[in-house]
Amino acid sequence: MNRSDLHALGERELQKQSEARCRLLCCGSTPCLSSGGTAVQEVFKGFLKENRDLKAEVAVVSTGCMGPCSRGPLVTVQQPGEEDVIYERVTSELAQEIFKKHVTDEATDRVETHILPNDIPFFTKQKKVVLANSGLIDPERLEDYVAHGGYLALGHALREMTPEEVCNEIINSGLRGRGGGGYPSGLKWNLVRRAKADKKYVIANGDEGDPGAYMDRTLMESDPHRVLEGMAIAGYAVGAEQGFIYVRGEYPIAAKRLEKAIRMAERRGLLGSRVMDTAFNFRIDIRIGAGAFVCGEETALMASIMGKRGQPVPRPPYPPSSGLWGYPTLINNVETFGSIAPIIDNGAEWFAGIGTAKSKGTKIFALAGQVENTGLIEVPMGLSLREIVFDIGGGVPDGRTFKAAQTGGPSGGCIPADYLDTPVDYESLRELGSIMGSGGLVVMDDTTSMPNVAKYFMEFCMDESCGKCVPCRVGTVQLYRILDRITAGTATRNDLTIMEELCTMMRETSLCGLGQSAPNPLLSTLRYFREEYEALINDDLHATNGRFTLATPSTRSAKEVL
Amino acid sequence: MSVVTLTLNDELISANSDQSLLEVIREHDIYIPTLCHMEGLSERGGCRMCLVEVQGSRTLQAACVTEVAEGMVVTTHSERLRKYRRMTLELIFAERNHVCAVCVMNGHCELQAVAAIEGMDHVRFDYLHPDLPMDISHERFGLDHNRCILCTRCVRVCDEVEGAHTKDVLGRGINCRIINDLNQPWGSSQSCTSCGKCVEVCPTGALFRKGATVAEMVKRHDFLSWITSGREKNEWDYAGQAPYYATERRKE
Repeated sequence: MNRSDLHALGERELQKQSEARCRLLCCGSTPCLSSGGTAVQEVFKGFLKENRDLKAEVAVVSTGCMGPCSRGPLVTVQQPGEEDVIYERVTSELAQEIFKKHVTDEATDRVETHILPNDIPFFTKQKKVVLANSGLIDPERLEDYVAHGGYLALGHALREMTPEEVCNEIINSGLRGRGGGGYPSGLKWNLVRRAKADKKYVIANGDEGDPGAYMDRTLMESDPHRVLEGMAIAGYAVGAEQGFIYVRGEYPIAAKRLEKAIRMAERRGLLGSRVMDTAFNFRIDIRIGAGAFVCGEETALMASIMGKRGQPVPRPPYPPSSGLWGYPTLINNVETFGSIAPIIDNGAEWFAGIGTAKSKGTKIFALAGQVENTGLIEVPMGLSLREIVFDIGGGVPDGRTFKAAQTGGPSGGCIPADYLDTPVDYESLRELGSIMGSGGLVVMDDTTSMPNVAKYFMEFCMDESCGKCVPCRVGTVQLYRILDRITAGTATRNDLTIMEELCTMMRETSLCGLGQSAPNPLLSTLRYFREEYEALINDDLHATNGRFTLATPSTRSAKEVL
Repeated sequence: MSVVTLTLNDELISANSDQSLLEVIREHDIYIPTLCHMEGLSERGGCRMCLVEVQGSRTLQAACVTEVAEGMVVTTHSERLRKYRRMTLELIFAERNHVCAVCVMNGHCELQAVAAIEGMDHVRFDYLHPDLPMDISHERFGLDHNRCILCTRCVRVCDEVEGAHTKDVLGRGINCRIINDLNQPWGSSQSCTSCGKCVEVCPTGALFRKGATVAEMVKRHDFLSWITSGREKNEWDYAGQAPYYATERRKE
């Protein structure tokens, strides 16, 4: 398939879509499906089965994520000449009413209360770049993606740009790694491009594991072709012919849709041999993880792809010089790859115009916790935390007050209410002792106990430590036990001292990012909410010269912890 | 191969560019503790004992997995490094049961020797002391998980030198265990050749010869280099060298 075929395919699809009298878009990503979205789709499809004559003019489309996940299942009704109507919390009964109202034009007043106005800040404050197609197209149909401008960027890059120009375009756009590290993507691409080797690889990291975060899953489920297109452009830019996309084992729908997308793209000549009738070959294979958080760390991920035990290896050498099977490897987050096609389409300047001086573009966040509108949002970098939590998120429910927001999952930290006006970008968050991370954003209200939060994340790290290096393997257990004592009120002041010392030691001596960043949630809650820890310290025990430190039993015995 | 110049503890030295930092440090008779490193095996970088400060590097670097580079400025001993080494040892001692008084390796143990040299005289963390089983199903050897520090020397020697790959690691984090084959009793292992290399390279009393009682188990720490050089030169005279830490005494 060359570029004119691609245009023709898109035109045909658009023509077909515009002929429909009514398009019922049902969210088909995991949150909506798990809250009853499957039944809603069945209702619509059942109606069409009964009224076969409607089939030509009504389309039921299973799309990707629409955003406000806590209000799911979501249905968007598109009718020519009218504005899209979004329905929230759709049940089977309500689906029948919606069908009646929009398709058979029967009067019904039961649906009005479920309409989600599309001029609320939740929608207007967002800027969709990576998720532009999410919720609008059917992720399982290549035609739908092409109709929305898909694979044009790949065609443009292959025909009109040299690999060097592609890399420079990415450098000029200021795109930084969306997995959390924030390393300039273009520089990484250039490193791999310049490396001399017989073979090179491209890897998309879709092993998202932070509690409460699901940006990558949604992107893979809602718009798999965009990730593939980004990877193919990367493959062309760095000179790789093989790509791997590493999907977390807990994401079966994402893996299924990616698999289907790869097959379809290969059939159409958009992947595989002689991509778009050029001399460029690029194959993509899926690798499914087996449930280890540490496999999101790049060296552990590569070990896992190679069939080895998923453990990190010390860097350097970094993947751009020696990665998969010792060959230069480009490894980026799926969201990073999702940003590539828009950059090539609209130019580096356009992308660099969004965001702040050092952090360009948009970032997807998974808004979770004690906030009115939980869901998936994409905002320009530099938006203040206040705007994200209160305008888009709708504030804290039940009349409670905002206490802190946790970003970056178990590697990140919390941001207290005093810093609500901080612009959300890589540097500002780092200064506050947190990180951008992959995009998890958990809002906590004033009922939350911060030592408990720290304990939760430490338990996560303890369970997910791979066990290779001593500071992480044993340090996380020791920190967890001290936190357990603190929250139980049986800790001494001595425990607090040891805890802080151990945190610093783990940060500096652990082998990989997991161990180095495991103390972050603890250190950041200690930094802003020290009084909560102090209040839980039992000074009576301290009065005995700390001799109780060893003798005080933990609330959980060693056996339970081990 | 080219020659590079680097600064090691304020002294200018030269080294071959394919050497690891640890090799260079040892070559210059500077004592630096290691637990998972063993000459003749692939490097792992897991015990974090050989961490050194490299100027310009964001994090501390494990000397065993760091290649020397031109102009590198390395510090092997500092107050910070000493403190971290001690803490790492504390964590190891707290992790499982390392009570020397009842150990077959008492007096010949690398962990014990390194702890004494580094001055780790007390443990401030909770002793986890999990109740782990022993595997004495093998005819000649025993495996005591309670003494294991998960250095994986046994795993590597079995795979890389003997070529059997009987041993591997099960589980993750604090639940890691050394296993034989697919987690079956050692004695029933079909791949084990009973060569005993794993026992000789084990730094603690986790792997031992049956019949040894407290403090009786002596391992040949240079066993592996003896085999590898023997294979190369076809000379099998065993002279025996003192371990790298033999003359090192605790310094304050």
